[in-house]
Amino acid sequence: MPVTESPRGLDARLAWRRGELALDVDLALPPRGSTALFGPSGAGKTSCLRAMAGLERAAAGRVSFGDTVWQDDSHRVFVPAHRRRLGYVFQEASLFSHRSVAGNLDYGFRRAGRPAHLRRDELIDQFGVRPLLQRRVGGLSGGERQRVAMVRALLADPQLLLFDEPLSALDALARSELLGCLERLHATLAVPMVYVSHSIDEVARLADHLVLMDAGHVVAQGSLQATLTRLDLPPPLAEAVGAVIEGTVVGYDAHDQLIELDFQGGRLWLPYRHEQVGQRLRCRIGARDVTLTGAPHPDSSALNDIRCRVVAMADADHPSQCLVQLDAAGCLLLARITRRSWHALALAPGREVWAQVKAVALGA
Amino acid sequence: MGFLSSQDVQALWLTLRLAGTVTVLLLVLGMPLAWWLAHTHSRWRRPVAAVVALPLVLPPTVLGFYLLMLLGPDGAIGRLIAAAGLSALPFTFRGLVVASMLYSLPFVVQPLQNAFEAVGQRPLDVAATLGAGPLDRFASIALPLAVPGVVTATVLGFAHTVGEFGVVLMIGGNIPGQTRVLSMRIYDHVQAGEYHQANVLSLCLLVVSFAALLAMSLLRPGRHARD
Repeated sequence: MPVTESPRGLDARLAWRRGELALDVDLALPPRGSTALFGPSGAGKTSCLRAMAGLERAAAGRVSFGDTVWQDDSHRVFVPAHRRRLGYVFQEASLFSHRSVAGNLDYGFRRAGRPAHLRRDELIDQFGVRPLLQRRVGGLSGGERQRVAMVRALLADPQLLLFDEPLSALDALARSELLGCLERLHATLAVPMVYVSHSIDEVARLADHLVLMDAGHVVAQGSLQATLTRLDLPPPLAEAVGAVIEGTVVGYDAHDQLIELDFQGGRLWLPYRHEQVGQRLRCRIGARDVTLTGAPHPDSSALNDIRCRVVAMADADHPSQCLVQLDAAGCLLLARITRRSWHALALAPGREVWAQVKAVALGA
Repeated sequence: MGFLSSQDVQALWLTLRLAGTVTVLLLVLGMPLAWWLAHTHSRWRRPVAAVVALPLVLPPTVLGFYLLMLLGPDGAIGRLIAAAGLSALPFTFRGLVVASMLYSLPFVVQPLQNAFEAVGQRPLDVAATLGAGPLDRFASIALPLAVPGVVTATVLGFAHTVGEFGVVLMIGGNIPGQTRVLSMRIYDHVQAGEYHQANVLSLCLLVVSFAALLAMSLLRPGRHARD
């Protein structure tokens, strides 16, 4: 019987205790693209990432990456972290304070055997690290440290990149700068990446695949789109739900400082933030930012009307509200509305409605 | 050194040789012990740490007395040494080295342990993810970051060995060129009423100790260099 196996990424089935939290995770991550581990603080995301890296010795179970078994406690297999060829970026940069920036970058690069296929100079320029090379790490800003840490991880020639909330300790400016770097990295990266975050905006911009965690367990996993528009997510994740659409910038209105985004479900106006016409752009439409109407309203201040069909409805975390799943030409959207409105508009699965979205609510 | 008798110079030289030997040996042996104490979760950690700290509170004469009993020809270790065909340790330079190592153990191990604990697990985890194995992590990360602690351990171990008296008295005796160290010589001078010679030697010890402590603070990286 011919067996056609799809290429495998990281598979992990692990259980352990960390203080008060009992973790029990079962993960299957795709071999390409980026996966976000998302969930509220204390959900066990960081512990989970450390366990994948082999830094959490208490985690028992099985971890494999591609065809390699990294951990299998039933067969006493444990590949230590330094043999897993990882790139790990920690929440705080954790640069080696006894080495210069160049010395830090060299640490993993040298141990990986200075692989020729890594374009060291390009990476250094891509993250803007070149002016820092001779500096001591003590004098670097938070953003600079994190950029150095990322290049250092990439220069270790990793076959898997693990990012543990790398932007959470940064101020808004440094964060948006680095997010741009990470978006470019994500677009060009050949190896898979796991990104831990509790910021849904970061996740919306960087992830292809999503693992939702709560209280030490995996609540849902799947593609970013499908997972964030599910109706059955637990209350701690309620604020995160909503569609993430991806499209092409097709227009720029210089006078009103708006751009027009063409996506599968239609067109949207959103605030101009230095995008170029023709570029791909992701945009999150939070469930709270969507209003439903029976017909398009040209006299509304909301700039965007998207024609949709109601797919399903489910209870929201507050008894007055419900979540409505919408289909806009094959693209799923989510709206959070009151039950009163649901009845007043006589909504039901299959009904055609217009989703109104304020342009000011859009954009990262 | 016109103002020191040849016997005094001999005692000074012996003291420095003893302290140097003991410090080097303690650094080599104390390093793994301190590393283990800093990183283990074993239930033996606290008992072992207490044993290491014992010489801090024990009168040196007590330590010396038990060592004399153990290492002597009728002691458990003494008999083992004799059975191995080696000469007995008490009243020899080697015996002094062994005794001084025990006596100065906490002064070397504790600064090292504190330094390793201050380095913490994080830099070691980072190094592991960058492909560094355990020994590599120790040599390239833990040791360089723990340099201030190594300096402190070296200086304290050396100075403390230079100043010992009670242990030497019990296990070393007062044999010129073998076990007659500076502190013994000072005691002899005072007993003989030679206050001037006692003063000169005491000043030597004072200067050595002061220089050691000054060197320690000068060798430590400034507090702004670390972060």
